[in-house]
Amino acid sequence: MDVNANAPASPEKIDVAYVAHLARISLAPGEQELFQQQLEHILDHVNKLNELDVSGIEPMAHAIPVKNCFREDVERPGLAHEAAMRNAPEERHGQFFVPRILE
Amino acid sequence: MAELTQLTLHETLDALARGTCSSEDVTRAYLDRIAAVDDRIGAFLHLDRDQALADARAADARRKAGQGGRLLGVPLAMKDVLNVKGHPCTCGSQILKGYVAPYDATAVARLRAEGAVIMGRLNMDEFAMGSSNENSSYHPVRNPYDLGRVPGGSSGGSAAAVAADEITASLGSDTGGSIRQPASFCGVVGVKPSYGRVSRYGLTAFASSLDQIGPFTKEVADAALLTEVMSGGDPLDSTSVPGPAPELLATMKQGIRGFRIGLPKEYFQGGMDAATEALVRAAVKQLEALGAEPVEISLPHTEYAIATYYIIATAEASANLARFDGVRYGNRIAGVDPIDMYEKTRSAGFGNEVKRRIILGTYVLSSGYYDAYYKKAQKVRALIRRDFDEAFKTCQAIVTPATPSAAFGFGEKTGDPLQMYLSDIFTVTTNLAGICGMSVPCGFAGGTLPVGLQILGPAFREDNMFRVAHAYEQATAWRGKRPPLAVDAGRTGA
Repeated sequence: MDVNANAPASPEKIDVAYVAHLARISLAPGEQELFQQQLEHILDHVNKLNELDVSGIEPMAHAIPVKNCFREDVERPGLAHEAAMRNAPEERHGQFFVPRILE
Repeated sequence: MAELTQLTLHETLDALARGTCSSEDVTRAYLDRIAAVDDRIGAFLHLDRDQALADARAADARRKAGQGGRLLGVPLAMKDVLNVKGHPCTCGSQILKGYVAPYDATAVARLRAEGAVIMGRLNMDEFAMGSSNENSSYHPVRNPYDLGRVPGGSSGGSAAAVAADEITASLGSDTGGSIRQPASFCGVVGVKPSYGRVSRYGLTAFASSLDQIGPFTKEVADAALLTEVMSGGDPLDSTSVPGPAPELLATMKQGIRGFRIGLPKEYFQGGMDAATEALVRAAVKQLEALGAEPVEISLPHTEYAIATYYIIATAEASANLARFDGVRYGNRIAGVDPIDMYEKTRSAGFGNEVKRRIILGTYVLSSGYYDAYYKKAQKVRALIRRDFDEAFKTCQAIVTPATPSAAFGFGEKTGDPLQMYLSDIFTVTTNLAGICGMSVPCGFAGGTLPVGLQILGPAFREDNMFRVAHAYEQATAWRGKRPPLAVDAGRTGA
């Protein structure tokens, strides 16, 4: 399958630096230019979907017709505190330690 | 008797039951084999020799005490994305280097409950994103049939380990072909069950509406057994479908006389390597000789599948991978405030392909683009599912190549991510539609590189798929083929 040259170009180009910040990723200058070019190329291909008329089609979120899985609202055993903390990058007083959030 | 490491899972179970070997013998044989060949293959990321032997001795004690188990004493290895209590789980990523899983994935727990010895962590593309295993942040995996070529991905280590006799069977995960494509490249059997068939609890999530766990094996019957053991509803995964596991071993031998086998015309319209096409067409002739009737079918939205897949999969990944922020687990790079810490941690911890996909996924979900990309892709997904629903009205199974060509070389596609994505064209539709699919060996391109036949069944009709796969395997000579992987006697037991 080739990239479809006839697909309409996206109205605006992706702003990789901005989107990366939304995703909490900081990019080195070289990385940013590389991703900009690669993602524009990928989005050109993705714009192929504009060829299709999908009016009246229900979006499909997942593949099986299972909805509202309830369980009894009872206490169940969970991960022990110590086990949950075992992989903590930084722990103090049995809690996850993070940089100050409020001044 | 053949060497222990060349036995299928069923042959291993027979040998254990007859008492011709112990689980410790089998486990030791694999540990020696891994020591002898894995510096060339690179399939394993982690192996705890002492723990594996201790677990094997425990299985032997269980057998001596008269206790049973459908997998009692058989060593199995896991893709590094499946949590096994007390084992590392890095997902092939630096961000999880040093992480130790606090619990068992349900699929793993079910294998253990049947007596399996769980050993070793298998290499993979970082967070299961890739088609060549070149995105592992640790080291590449080499294809046992040609060390200059990729094993496929993302479950490249799982496929290569089985092909190289480093383990009799393994588990992988398949989001867009990550079991079937490496199985095809490495000449082994690989199964992606229907979405909802196997609990995803304890599988580190990539794209939650597409991910499924499945086995890699040396023969179809072994894959049927492992799929049976892992299947069935699980209260810990509300997308697993309640009900009993399918009976595959009992039904797969029923033959395919009168089966209609669909051949999607869109898959055979160019874009496929000539050697692959010739082998798949020969396989179709074989199925016909076994009493099946090939019928042409149409899957008209095939050309939109890659675009749809890379919107939905990256959107879900961008949300799922938000959890790797250096707060509760994984590695952290200190920052002056939380946002600075997140950005530093994620930039250092994730590799390029993961970053690219998170950014793409964030973009298609962002304000102003959600409807144009994500919602649109979900609608096209419904059309792709509808294509299969229509097709399965006229056939019991569909047959296609698993991949457009045999294994490619290192570096061939890394410069152009889109070219890498397009190589998934024959596998991604299965996940989008939620149906089941598998790859079985169907010959060698140029006489040397394995090619896989992909067999697809309707959702929750793994039985159809296994009947075709088993009939084909029994009628052909591909089962038992192994790569010419010379072992230097001096390395054994190293």
